[in-house]
Parts: sequence; structure tokens; C-alpha cells
Amino acid sequence: MIDLDNIQFAYPHKTWLFNDFNWQAARGQAWAVLGPSGCGKTTLLYLLAGLQFPSRGQVRVDGHNIDRPRPDTGLILQDYGLLPWSTVLDNVKLGLRIRQLYGPDGRHAPRLPQGNPQAAHLAALSWLERLGLAGLSGQYPGQLSGGQRQRVAIARTLVLQPDLLLMDEPFSSLDAVTRLSLRELTLGLWREQGFTFVVVTHAIEEAAHLGQYILVLGSPPHQQPEVIVNPCFGEPELEESDQYRALLRELRARIAPTLQATASLPARPAMGAE
Amino acid sequence: MKRRDILLALAVLLLLWQMLAMALHQPVLPSPVQVTAAMGRELQRGDLPLHFLASLWRVIASLVLSIALAAPAGLVLGQSPRLNQIFSPFIYLTYPIPKVVLVPVVLLFLGLGDLAKIVIIFLVLFFQIVVLVRDQAAALRPELLQSVRSLGAGRRALFQFVYLPASLPAIFTGVRQSIGTAVAVLYVAELFATQRGLGYYIFLQGSTLMNYPAMYAGIVAMSVLGAMLYFGTDRLEKALCPWLGK
Repeated sequence: MIDLDNIQFAYPHKTWLFNDFNWQAARGQAWAVLGPSGCGKTTLLYLLAGLQFPSRGQVRVDGHNIDRPRPDTGLILQDYGLLPWSTVLDNVKLGLRIRQLYGPDGRHAPRLPQGNPQAAHLAALSWLERLGLAGLSGQYPGQLSGGQRQRVAIARTLVLQPDLLLMDEPFSSLDAVTRLSLRELTLGLWREQGFTFVVVTHAIEEAAHLGQYILVLGSPPHQQPEVIVNPCFGEPELEESDQYRALLRELRARIAPTLQATASLPARPAMGAE
Repeated sequence: MKRRDILLALAVLLLLWQMLAMALHQPVLPSPVQVTAAMGRELQRGDLPLHFLASLWRVIASLVLSIALAAPAGLVLGQSPRLNQIFSPFIYLTYPIPKVVLVPVVLLFLGLGDLAKIVIIFLVLFFQIVVLVRDQAAALRPELLQSVRSLGAGRRALFQFVYLPASLPAIFTGVRQSIGTAVAVLYVAELFATQRGLGYYIFLQGSTLMNYPAMYAGIVAMSVLGAMLYFGTDRLEKALCPWLGK
């Protein structure tokens, strides 16, 4: 599904983040990309989403070279990206309305024929219902809690039926209880919908919960991908198991040396991408 | 602000005016009662309504013109750092010019018709709106734009779903901030060789006909014009930007 082929990337006047970096992920897998701030993990997400481009090498998703955002890829950024001037319902319908605006052109929307506005409305309503947002459909994002906003962003993305879902630090600004329930919700949706899932996080526990595979990014430039197969992915009572504790120890050990190294790196680029 | 408080403040102001008029007891300051009577007379058989409509038309026309030109210009400048780099020094230099001093120049070039007056008010409104919309468009978070782009949005969808709604509050703020100045400048412009408009009416009643109550009726009409535009802007903003204040 994902194929990074010898990519090279740097922000202007900065050192290389990726230098001849390769990484493959198969369809339907759940990946967590783990690394400290400034390691380039959000940039990796932007490259996959077609919002940044490598200076050399190729980013391929589903066999196609990525040169613009792909209609079947869903992206949820850290601040949820909701329109402050639109209601919850209109935010959830945004992607559908954009598709109706352009028609099935294969660039802005999938080439498949799309449903009529009425069908789009019903699909949006059913996702709101699904995520427990039905009572909030007339509210504005400014009136919602962080967890509710995140659920709106998830509904807006999944109503488009993506085959690849990218999330950037999705739960980092939420309280512990909301974080746990949204993690469960996201994994449940992944199992049910069958999309390929890539989540970027700096939190070791988060990576251990959400990643079937964990891609560890240390200090840049990244060359060889460091991949850990998560032995306890999807297990109930995860926290209780020894395997889980061992995994956390291993992840911490792999991240720890880079923590010191990145402390001396220059500040993050202004784009807001890491 | 509660409606009751506003009405109370209005009553206090009228009372102060009444007391001052009684204390001074001069024809140059008629009491609100006299002015209300004059207003009634002028509205019924005078041509105050015609002058009012002439001024209103000029303000509305320049409002429409300035929003139609300034909002897109502000959006383009806010989106394009390169264009903004080229144009912002010009805006920086021309923005602080008190546009009222250009009244004679505009009259010389465009003559005495409505067009000259509309252009003068346009100059007041245009710069204010351009600057506010530009700053608003430039302040849109890149993450928001990236998120919407990732949903498939190109230029057209970004304009419709992001830039347009984002610039609405800036347009309203620009209008609200400059409408008072615009009406003041209109007054000055209407003093020059025209026979229609509240500026002409006030000047005529005060300096030629010495009809002070009618002059005050004209002043009240001009205040009502300003207030109508100000409160109308507020109303329209509440209707078109329901997310504000939530």
C-alpha cells in the first residue's frame, strides 16, 4: 500500500530529514510512527498525504506516484483542521461537498460516480450518530471539547471511505479517559473498515497501543527504517502483560539516545511540520 | 449591551440637550422638542427624505463597490506573500492619508455628479477593508489549509469553504470601523456644488435660510444615517457569521 523508494527530503536551509529512506507497508496494516519532536515524523505524514514532496526518490501509495493529495487518503492533523465557521454537520459534510463541487475527476475526488447531495447528507448523519455526535450537529467547533472535535474530524474523514488513514498525534492533547476511549474507537474502526492506518506519535504507550508495527524514527537524517513488530498488539488487558512492559522498555531504549541528540538540533521549521 | 440600556442612554442624552437648550435659550440651539417638530414638518412637506435618500444611495453604492474590490484584493494579497511584498509598501504609504483632503482633487477630476462622491467614500472604505481582509487571510493556519486540501480541495473549494467565510468578519470589521469616517467625508463632499444630499441640506438650512430647527433636523438625519449603517452592519454580521461569539 505504501512504498517509499529512496526518498530524500529537507526543508530549505535545513539538514536532511530523510536521505535515501525506504519503507514499505502492506494494505490493511496498522502502523505507529514513533519519534521525538523534530525527528521528521509529521513530515513523513505530509509526504504520504501529498502535501510535501521528496527532492529525490518516490512516494507511492496503492501503486501510484504521489504528486498531489490523493482522494482516497484521509488525513487528520493535530489540531483537527475543522472549519471554525461551519457547524459540526457541515464540517462532516465538507469532503463530500468538495467532491460534489469537482465531480468524479480522479484528482479532487475518486473517479467513481458519487451519490447525490441527499445521500451525502444521510451518510454524514449516520457517521455523526455512529460517533455519538448526533446531538451536536448544529454546534460550532469552538463549542466542543477536544475529544468531540477529534471525533468530528474522524467522522469527516471516514465518511469519505478512505483506504489509507493518516493521523498526526491524534490524542496527545486529550485527557486520559478520552484518550483511551478514542484509541479503542479508532482501532475498532480500523478493524471494521479495513483501511491502512498510519499514526504518528511521540508517546511510547500510544505507539504500543495503536501500532501493529512500530516505525521508530531516531535523529535525522533517516536512512534505514527501524521497525518493531508489536507482539502484544490488540491484546485485551494490555497494560497487565509482561510483553507490553518489555516492549515499552525496548522502545524507550531506542528513543532515549536520540532524545539527547535531538536536544541540540535547530528549532522546528515554521510550517508546523516536524 | 441590552436594548433597554441603549434606550436609557438615548433618553439621558436628549434630556441633557433639552436642559442645555433651556439654559442657553438661543435660536442657534433649539430644544429636541422643537427639532422633532421641525423634523415632522420637513418629512411631510419638505425635501429632507429626498436628501436623505441621495446620501444613503451614495454610501450604499460605495460600500458595495469597495467590498467588491477590496475583499478579493485583500484575499489575493493575504494568500500571496510575493504580491503582498510588492503592494504592502504602497498600502503602507497611502493608508494613513486622510482621504478627506482628496475631496477637491476627486471633484476636479470626476466632476460634481454622484460618481465623485461615491469614489471619495470608496477611498475611505477600500483601504480599511483591504488591510483587514489581507491580515485575516494571511493569519489562516497552514494546518487548516492542509487539512482542507487533503479532503480534495483545490483553489475553487478553498475559496468557497475557507477564504470567503474567513474574510467575512474582516469585511464587517472594516465597514464598522470606517463607516463613521465615510459618512463624515460624505458630508464634506456634499458641501460642494450639489443640490442633493444631507450635507447640502444642513449647510443650506444653517447658513442660507437660517432655519436652525431644520438644520438640526438635518444633523439628526445624518446621525440616523450613520447609526443605521452601523447597526445594520452589526445585524448583517450576526446573520452571516453565526459562529462568532460561540
